[in-house]
Order: sequence, then structure tokens, then C-alpha cells
Amino acid sequence: MTDDDSRWPKAHGSGPLLLGVRHHGPGSARAVRTALDAARPAAVLIEGPPEADALIPLAADPDLRPPVALLAHAVDEPGRSAFWPFAEFSPEWVAIRWALAHGVPAHFIDLPAAHTLAWEEKKEKEKDQDQGDADDGRGSGEQVRIDPLAALAEAAGHDDPERWWEDVVEHRGPGERDPFAPFAALEEAMGALRERYGVGGHSRDLVREAHMRLRLRAARKESGDEVAVVCGAWHVPALREKTTVTADRSLLKGLPKVKADLTWVPWTHRRLARSSGYGAGIDSPGWYGHLFHAPDRPVERWLTKVARLLREEDRIVSSAHVIEAVRLAETLAALRGRPLPGLGETTDAVRAVMGEGSDVPLALVHDRLVVGDVLGEVPESAPAVPLQRDLARQQRSLRLKPEALERELELDLRGDTDAGRSRLLHRLRLLGVGWGEPARSRGSTGTFRETWRLRWEPELSVRVAEAGVWGTTVLGAAQARAEADATAAGTLADVTALAEQCLLAGLPDALPVVMRVLADRAALDADVGHLAQALPALVRSLRYGDVRGTDTGALAGVAAGLAERIFVGLPPACTALDTDAAAEMRAHVDAVHTAVGLLTETLAAAGAGGSAGSGADEHAGAGAGESAGETGGPGTGAGAGERAGVGGPAGPGAGADQGVGVDARGGGGAGVVGAGDPGADAGARAGVGAGGVGLVRAGRGDLRDRWRAVLRTLSSRDSVPGVLRGRAVRLLLDNGELGSDEAARLMGLALSPGTPPADAAAWIEGFVGGGGGLLLVHDERLLALVDSWLTGVSADAFTDVLPLLRRTFAAYEPGVRRTLGELVRRGPGDRSAGRAAPGAMTPGFAAEPDTERADAVLPVLRLLLGLTDPTDRDRTDRDRTERDTADHDTADHDTADRDPTDHDTADHETAERKAVRGETAQQETAPRSSAERAPVRRGPTECEPPARGISGTGTPEAGIPGMGKAETRTAEPGTAERAGCQAAGPGTSGCDRTGPGTSGCDTRGCGAAEDSSLAGVGV
Amino acid sequence: MSAMSASVRPTTAEPTDDESASESAQALRPHAEQAFAAELASLAAQDDRPRPARWKLSPWAVATYLLGGTLPDGTVITPKYVGPRRIVEVAVTTLATDRALLLLGVPGTAKTWVSEHLAAAVSGDSTLLVQGTAGTPEEAIRYGWNYARLLAHGPSRDALVPSPVMRAMAEGMTARVEELTRIPADVQDTLITILSEKTLPIPELGQEVQAVRGFNLIATANDRDRGVNDLSSALRRRFNTVVLPLPESADAEVDIVTRRVEQIGRSLDLPAAPDGIEEIRRVVTVFRELRDGITADGRTKLKSPSGTLSTAEAISVVTNGLALSAHFGDGVLRPGDVAAGILGAVVRDPAADRVVWQEYLETVVREREGWTDFYRACREVSA
Repeated sequence: MTDDDSRWPKAHGSGPLLLGVRHHGPGSARAVRTALDAARPAAVLIEGPPEADALIPLAADPDLRPPVALLAHAVDEPGRSAFWPFAEFSPEWVAIRWALAHGVPAHFIDLPAAHTLAWEEKKEKEKDQDQGDADDGRGSGEQVRIDPLAALAEAAGHDDPERWWEDVVEHRGPGERDPFAPFAALEEAMGALRERYGVGGHSRDLVREAHMRLRLRAARKESGDEVAVVCGAWHVPALREKTTVTADRSLLKGLPKVKADLTWVPWTHRRLARSSGYGAGIDSPGWYGHLFHAPDRPVERWLTKVARLLREEDRIVSSAHVIEAVRLAETLAALRGRPLPGLGETTDAVRAVMGEGSDVPLALVHDRLVVGDVLGEVPESAPAVPLQRDLARQQRSLRLKPEALERELELDLRGDTDAGRSRLLHRLRLLGVGWGEPARSRGSTGTFRETWRLRWEPELSVRVAEAGVWGTTVLGAAQARAEADATAAGTLADVTALAEQCLLAGLPDALPVVMRVLADRAALDADVGHLAQALPALVRSLRYGDVRGTDTGALAGVAAGLAERIFVGLPPACTALDTDAAAEMRAHVDAVHTAVGLLTETLAAAGAGGSAGSGADEHAGAGAGESAGETGGPGTGAGAGERAGVGGPAGPGAGADQGVGVDARGGGGAGVVGAGDPGADAGARAGVGAGGVGLVRAGRGDLRDRWRAVLRTLSSRDSVPGVLRGRAVRLLLDNGELGSDEAARLMGLALSPGTPPADAAAWIEGFVGGGGGLLLVHDERLLALVDSWLTGVSADAFTDVLPLLRRTFAAYEPGVRRTLGELVRRGPGDRSAGRAAPGAMTPGFAAEPDTERADAVLPVLRLLLGLTDPTDRDRTDRDRTERDTADHDTADHDTADRDPTDHDTADHETAERKAVRGETAQQETAPRSSAERAPVRRGPTECEPPARGISGTGTPEAGIPGMGKAETRTAEPGTAERAGCQAAGPGTSGCDRTGPGTSGCDTRGCGAAEDSSLAGVGV
Repeated sequence: MSAMSASVRPTTAEPTDDESASESAQALRPHAEQAFAAELASLAAQDDRPRPARWKLSPWAVATYLLGGTLPDGTVITPKYVGPRRIVEVAVTTLATDRALLLLGVPGTAKTWVSEHLAAAVSGDSTLLVQGTAGTPEEAIRYGWNYARLLAHGPSRDALVPSPVMRAMAEGMTARVEELTRIPADVQDTLITILSEKTLPIPELGQEVQAVRGFNLIATANDRDRGVNDLSSALRRRFNTVVLPLPESADAEVDIVTRRVEQIGRSLDLPAAPDGIEEIRRVVTVFRELRDGITADGRTKLKSPSGTLSTAEAISVVTNGLALSAHFGDGVLRPGDVAAGILGAVVRDPAADRVVWQEYLETVVREREGWTDFYRACREVSA
């Protein structure tokens, strides 16, 4: 270097060295480095928030690797933040590193972030479009603003300011003779512009520049005149300007202020494209980085890089390609009048020479090289990111401490705190911060209970820091992440799962994006498997959204559309499947079946909700005769378990649980049970009376009927694998669509000797697999069919079907298996044998009810309930004698006159049929009831908690609604999956009946088996 | 002079004025260099930039010729290609770097059109053309023999019948190969020597034809049926590939269709329809929506039919409609005139496409305001 006098640029006289740059310009960065090396200033001032001065030394830390950003955020409100990103090729970064390497003090001189952030707030309030600190006006919506580059480019006769700037500044190779000449030229140009346009609409610049001048003065006082300033070229003339301290001070007076915190955060090349802070907005950080780093021949090096990338991806690209691409790029640049091929030329060359005209490899090049996957790093010593703060704040307010010890957390979503906790955990999960993992809660999904397994691992802090790129608050970050995930999601099921997560995490703002992606994907996905996978989550979201009062109208539309498409596509998709595919499809069929049930309920609830305004009125639809109802509210006391509790506020959701459909058989009966709190009662009735009911019913029936039609098609089509046919028949049977006669006929067909044994075994698996054992236990005709088929199978074939059968039957609970075994030993269907040898009977399977044993319980019950009504018992006894055996001899006193074969198949899915039966029973017993108790309001409630049988008859006298005369007996553990819970009584104010038909109130699936039995017995 | 061009040329005096009325009266479709002779002449006159060897114009002027513009003396150059500037620039540059140019694109994206105009502007002659078909022989690319002469005088240069490619090499002109992928693979590969060594050996004579500076080759290929005879990678490597896209915006497409329909209509002496623009816009909208599988407002997804529904097809539908309205209608382009054409273009596969079309008709067309007549007309022809 030369001596001092010539070192300091004479052009600037004795003033400070003002280096006007373009933020993130590699050419500018190079020029800044050269100029600093040549001038060796005593201090370096950089455009940036002065609060970050303390953070500058961190830049020397080898662990701080650009791209990084200075993040300023308001302390009280982490969501309000500003970023100043730095890439390796940013002139500001180069200046910082230069200062640190040469032991020269570096300072930020821009307006403090405290003011900038306060401005932001003001801006938001004013709904001003002004972008605050976008330096050179790009991305600004204000019309009076001018883009200095555009003005200069226009003067130079270029239409594209970016390209012009690249040509004259950024692409200028190294080796300029005078390192200061470009800055001088630029300053002159900007000076002319500022003269012509003033501040050009950047009104805040005046204030910022005043601050910069003040800081500059302070630095000059400290370090003399040999101070270098690196700032946006636009500001250079203003810094050169002679103003008085007082003038500058007065400009800065009275600025709004917030308490701001600053820190380094890791940044990515991708995010450099986001305009904020320095107004980065550069779309080719990778290319800029290349320009900055390439010592010479940037085009050749770049194209070689591209060639290598394409080769890695198995595309044949030879050196000859590179040569031709370079030639083309250079000729193109000449044709376009550019000094050097830019990104545009090289891209065109890559497309034409290496990519065979296709944009696909180009997309790869763009993604990997032009943008690049560079992720910055920040040392641990850097202050915490705001997301972490926001998280800490929420943890405090929700009283949810991060603990390393694993623990379970039960949440009751009805409470505000618990709901908040749930949302927080869901949001963190979305962000990849796996603090809590949802555990299986005792209730089913979508109810108001959630169980989480919490464990805070140290690396979760890192995850939080990483998630910091998505936003500064948990909410904002989760939202951004969900939107990004939706766009990038691979399969339809992913998107629906995401939609569900959005609802769970309470991200209504992200939902529209997800919904849009979902609608697009669903419209284009043709794979029934995918659609079927997607539907359940979607329906769950729908239901959940309902519970939360989220607007899920769009979701409902998509779900209904999805269901329709599944209906259309399923039958063809079920043919010609191998065993594995069939098993998979069976799972799909089951999932769709459940989903359709929920969907119809939910849609109906949504439809009827408007007319009656009560959640309970959804039962109106059920009034078509299938008599599904729900006892809700205090009406049934704890008997309805959790469901009762949720009855009022969460009516639609709870109701959706039922999965009980409409059947034409119900006819005009329209027995309706409205359920809910007593208060909602009237509303329920209103709902029933309203004209909207018909509509609702039609809507539900429509979807469900079509699903049934699909199942029928499946069940009768020979090309459909046995397991699916069997399953379809089973589902129809459970829905009451098929009579058990018909089912037996179909079973007979499937098991007829002509059918290959393997196929028949698969049919059986489909039909009675997965907890269907009770069906066989209770319908001995079916068991007899299986039995006779099995004994008829030839020895060879038997070996073949054995694994399949074993798989089917091994899945049953031990009790069921034993019962089945005993039944088979006795000989299924052989009733006379059963009667002849009662001693050999399985308990609970007597041909006749054991009245003595039943009676033995009655005194206790009477005592409990304070009843003295022997007539009732007599009747009951008489009724009972007409019945066939019961699995656990529950005192189903109120039912009567059953078809022996049709009785008491108390299986989970057979509730509808039971409900129908309950109806007949109800009619039968109604006179007695009316004789006994004044206004008849009764509806048997059947619920199936495992292994308990309850029968309760509500009594007004008792004053405790829902408590009933009940007989219970504990069945063989596992023998019964079901406990009939029948409650009837005028006291059950939640149950109302209108119309000629009566209704069965169904509270099955409530997952509160113990609760309800306790209620039935003990209250 | 080849026989083909000889049959055309004598009848057409060099057209000197823009109208070239005499010519259009004679040739059904004049060559590019004839139709736009005036533009080429004034471009050449005012082109002061360096020209590559044997180029009639500088690369800048060629780009201007294709993209349109106004010359310093006020001559307006009509745009020949409406589309991204980048594509034309890459194409022209490729020709200037002595690399061969391969224009790819779905049918009807003006590949042939661009190649013809490029050849006309660069070499002033777009007739050195090899049409690729499944039956294109090697002779069409290399040379054939005049057998009478061969038998009478033995092998000599006089008995040789040069192919357009050979002539282009000898004279430093631009040769064109249309539908390159339709040519059988072994015949395609004859191009490799020509493109890499820039020479064409004639082993029968122990001679060779070396390409003179200025020689280059433009090939077009349809990337819809790429599978026909895919280029060997050796050959592909000799080409710079430019994919001609479908028009980017509806307005651009309407512009293209209007322009071409006008030109064709003029050459066919169809009376100009006064209110055609409305129908043209409609045709373009229908084509675009079905092609893209989404409605113009981006709200509704649609199924796409099997046909390509290119701009060229839109042009032919409109031209057809114009002819219908001129000869059988009231001279105004009505929905009914284009409906049948659209149906024909959309429904290529009678089963699948018809469903697509019906769906589109019922869900989109019917709902659209101001499209009632069109809907009715379509229903009529669809029924």
C-alpha cells in the first residue's frame, strides 16, 4: 500500500469515505472489500440498527456462518419484528468482517430498531402500505416513491433496472484500477437523482439519514476523518450533505419507540428472497454467491457447476455440452448487448444445450444452484430467538413447564387453559418441536379429551431455534409452516391430515391455503385408496371443526365430494386384487364406512343447526325411524357418561359419534328423540317440527343410501375378493340394511361347495373378522353355516384355509373364543340339546331365561330404587319368557317379542337393529308405562360399554333422572362386548318423543363404560 | 435449382411492394421471403451491425424481423412470432454459433413457421427443406443419383442429385428438416457427420462436400409424439433445443389467432368479418381452459381432452367459422359458426373426450354470462 496521503481517496477530500452499495450485490461487496483494503479506515460504519453493535463481535465467531440475519423484535410482542439479512456476498457483511479482521471498530448507524418497530406498529394502525425500511423502493406500494435504479436504468436506455445494475455494477469483474471510482460515479449519479426527485417518496429516509449523520459525526469525533461508511447508494448524497446537528436532532425528536431486542438468527438463501429489512428481495442468492466467490471466468465455472449437478442427477452432460453452453451464453450476451453473460443468458444456454429445451432440469438448477440450499448458522452465544421467548411466555401463561421427565397430561378441552395447552402442543408438533406426543386418550378422537405424553428434550431448543425461520410467534410460525407443508405435501392424505392438524392447532388462517390445496388434490387424485385414506381425517376435522365452531363449510363440500368420488370409484377398484391389496382395501372400506356415518351426521347437524339453533336437533334426522337418539345433559345423569356432559355445548360433535343412519324402513313414523340439556329441549323439539328436517334427512339419507348401494354392489360382485364381499355384507347387516336371513343366504352362497375354500375363508374373515365373534355367538344360524362349511372342506383345502381361519378366530377375545368353542361342541343350532342339558350350557346362554336368577336381583334393586311394583315384574317375566337366551341375561325388561334368531346380537355395530327392536319393545311396553307413570316419555337407551350389562329405568319418584331400576350382572369377562343400558322414564327430560314412532337413545361408543354402568346401578 | 422451387419461382416476379398482389394471386401460399420481401429488404438496408458470413442480416436484425419493431426510417416490421423474446434470441444465437437448432413443441406452436422465417431472414431462402416422414430416405438428406446420367456417363458430380441439405452446405445456406423425429433413426443419424464434421462425404466419387461458412440447419420436432423415432443422444448433442411454448396469456393468443386468421382470410379472399373478435376470444378461451385444465378465473378444475388444442387449431377453427359465415351465414362470425369446429377439435376420442366436453359445456359454458348463444349452438351440434 502507498502512504497515507494517497491511500485516502483524494476525490473525497478530507471527508469520510462513503461507499454506496446495493444491498446484497456481489459486485458491490467486492468493490467494498477492495476499497476498504485500499483505504484502511479507522472505523467502519454500516447501515443497520445501532442496537446490534453489541452483536457485531459475534460475527467473528466461526460458528456464525452466513446467511444470517439480524432480528429485531419488540420485547412485549415478539410477533412485531424486522430482519436485516446478511449473505456472504452482502457488502455490509464484507465490511463487518473486514473491520473485525483488521481490529477496526464497526458500528451500525441506521435508525434504531426501537423506532423502526414502533413505526411498524403505527403503520399497521394506519393501514399504510408504506414499507418502512425498504431502501430502494422495491416492493413498495406507494405511488410517489421512485425506484432510483429504474430511473438510472431508464436514463441509460434500459428497460430492466435489475439487469442494468448487474451489467454496470455487479458483473464488473475484479481488477478495477481505481477502487474508489465506481463509488464516486455512483454517488454522482445518486446525487443527480436526489436533486431531481428529492426523497422520491421515501419520506422516512430523511429521518434515517439524519440519524446516520449524527452517528457519523460521533464516529468522526472519535476516529477522525478516516471513517468508511457502507450504506445504500441512495443515502450517500444525504450523508455528504452539510447539515447542522440541531437540524438533525429536531428531525429525530418525538419518534415513537418500543423496547426492542436484537439477535442473530440463522437465515437461508431461500429467505433472502423475502423482502424485509434491507429489502433483500433477491431471487438468485446462489448465483450472487457464485459471482462473489468465483475468482475468474464466472460463466465457465457456473456452467461447469450446473453440468456437475445435472450429472449427479444422472443426466448425461458432457464437457462438450459445457463448451457449447458457454459459447451460446456468450453469443446471447452479445446479441442482447450485455458485457458479460448474466443469469438469464446462462439459464437460456443451459436450457437449450444441456436441458434439451426442457424446463425440468432448469427447475433443479434453479432450486439447487440459483437459489441454493445454504443454511446459515448462529453460535449458541447469540441471544435467544423470539419464537423461544414467545414459547416461554405461553408456557408460563398456560402453566405448562418444560420438564425432562416424561409425564402424561390429560386435557379437558372445554376449559380455556386446557384448550390453549392443546393448541400450543399441536402447533409445536406442526413445527417439528415434538415436546408432546398425543397418547391414546380414553375417549375416542374428536371428543373433548386429549391425552399427551410430554417430555422436553434439550435438543428441542434447537428445534425451536430452527423453527424460528417460520415466524416469531408460535402461532405465526405454525401457520407459515402449515401453509408451506400444504403446498409441498405429497399425497392427498397428507393434506387432509394437515387440515385436521390445522383445526386441532387452531390455525384458521392457514386453513384456506390448506383447503385450496386439498380441493385441487382431491379433484385430481384418481386413486380410490388415496381418497379413502384422506376421507376419515377430513371427516374428523369436519366434526372437530364443528365442535370448535370453526367454519368448515368448505371442508364439508370437499368431504362430500370426496365421498361421492369414492362411491363411484370403489367398486371398480375392488376387483382383481391380491390378498394384500384386498386386506388394504378392506381397511379402506371400513374407514370409509365409519367416515360416511360421521359425515352424514355432521352434514346433517350443520344443516339443521340453522333451523333450530340447538345442537340436539340433529337427532331430527334420525327420526326417520332408525330411532337413534342421544340422551344428553343432566337428564340422564352420569348414566350417559361423558357424552351427557358434552351434550349441550358440543351437541353436533357428540351426536356425530353415533353413526346411526336413516333407514327407509322407519317410514313415516318419524319418531324423534331430541336430547340435550333440559334447556335445549324446546330447541330440539323446534328442530323436529321445523320444515328443515326433511331436507336434512334427505341429505343424510342420500349419502348414506349411496354408500349402502356401493356396499351392496361389493357384496354381490363375484370379482370382488371374498374378504371385501364378506366385509360389505357385514357392514350392511350391522346397518340393518340386510336382514339376518339375507345375510345368512349370502353367507351360504359364499360358503357353498363350489366356492374355492380359500375364497370362502376370506369371506368369513371379512364377515366376522375384527371383533365379529359375537355375531357368531349370537346368531347360531351363521355359526352353523360356518360350521357345516368347515366340516365339508376337504382335507387338502383345509390345510390351505387354516391359516386364514386361524387368523380370523385368533383375533377374538378369549371369552368369545371359548363361548364359540363351547357352542360348537354342543353343536350350533342344536337347541334341543341345549335344553336337555342345561348343566352344559354356557352361562348366559340358556334356552330359557333363568327367571329365578333374574328375580334374585330384583329385591335389591327395588330396595335401591324404592319401588314396590310387583305387577311390573310379572309383566316383565312374561315378556321375558318369550325371549330366547341372552348373552348375559340382562334384564331387558322393556323389550319383548323378539324373533329368536334376531335377538340380542349385542354387537357394537348392530345398534341400529337394536334400536328398531327397542322401538317395538317400546310400543309394547308403553301402555304399561303410561299406566304406571303419568306422561310417557321413554326411550330405551342402549349402550355398549364392554363387559357390563345395565338396564335402568328412570323413575320420577327417585328424582334423579336417568337412574333406573336396573339389574346388572357381571358377565364373563370378555364374553360380552356389550352392556345393554336401557333407561326409560319420564324423568329423563333429555329424551323427548314426538310422532307415533318411538326412539331408542343410543349412547354407545361413549367410551365411558364404567361410568355408565355405575350410574345405572349405583346412583 | 431444385425442381420444386423451379416450378414456383418463374411464375412469381420478385415482389417489390408490400402488397405483392400478383403473387398471392398465383401461389396459394407464398414463401416467407416472398411474402415479407419488403420488410427483409428494408431491414437489410438499415442493418449496420456485423453479419456472420453469408447471413443476409445481422442477428439483431433477424431477431427484429421475427419479433417485430420499428426501423429507424419508420418501416414497421410486423411480428412473425408472438411469444417470449428469449426464445427468438436463443434461436438466432444458436444459428450464429454454427450449432444446429432444434425447435420442439406440441403441434401448432409455430415451429415450422418460426423455422421458415428464420431461414428466410438468415439465408434469404426458406426452400431448402427436407420433410421428415416415416419414409424419408437417406437420399433426401445426403444425395441421390440421376440414374440415366449415371448409366450413361458413369459416376460423376453431374450425375449426382444433391439434397437440400447438401445444397445448403455447398452454398452456405440454412437447411430445414421438418418433423425430424418422424424420420427413421438410421436416416436421422446421417445428420451426425453433417453437423459435427460439417462435411458430407461422397464415397462413390472419393469426394466430399465441405460446408461453407454460413451453413446451418434448423430441425423441428413434435414433442407430443416423441416416442416415434427418438433422437439418438449423439445427434441430440449436436442440437441446441428450443421449446416453443403455448401462448402465455389469453390476450397473446387472441392476438395470434386474429393476426393469422386475417392473413389466411386475405389469401383465401374471405370477406372480413366485422365482429369476429368476440368469437375469436371465445374460441381461444375454450381452448385455453380445456388445455390448461382450469377455468380462466382459476376457480374450477377441468378435465383435459386428448387433443392438443393448439393455437394453430384455434386458428383453423376460426378460419373455418369465417368461411361458414361468409358463404352460408350472414357474414358475421356467430357462435354457431365456430361451435362445430370447436367440437371437432375437442372431441378426438369419441368416448372420453365427449364426456370432457359435455362436462365443460354444462358446468362452465352454461353458467357463463353472455355465453348463452354459444351454449345453445354447442348443444345443438353436440346432440
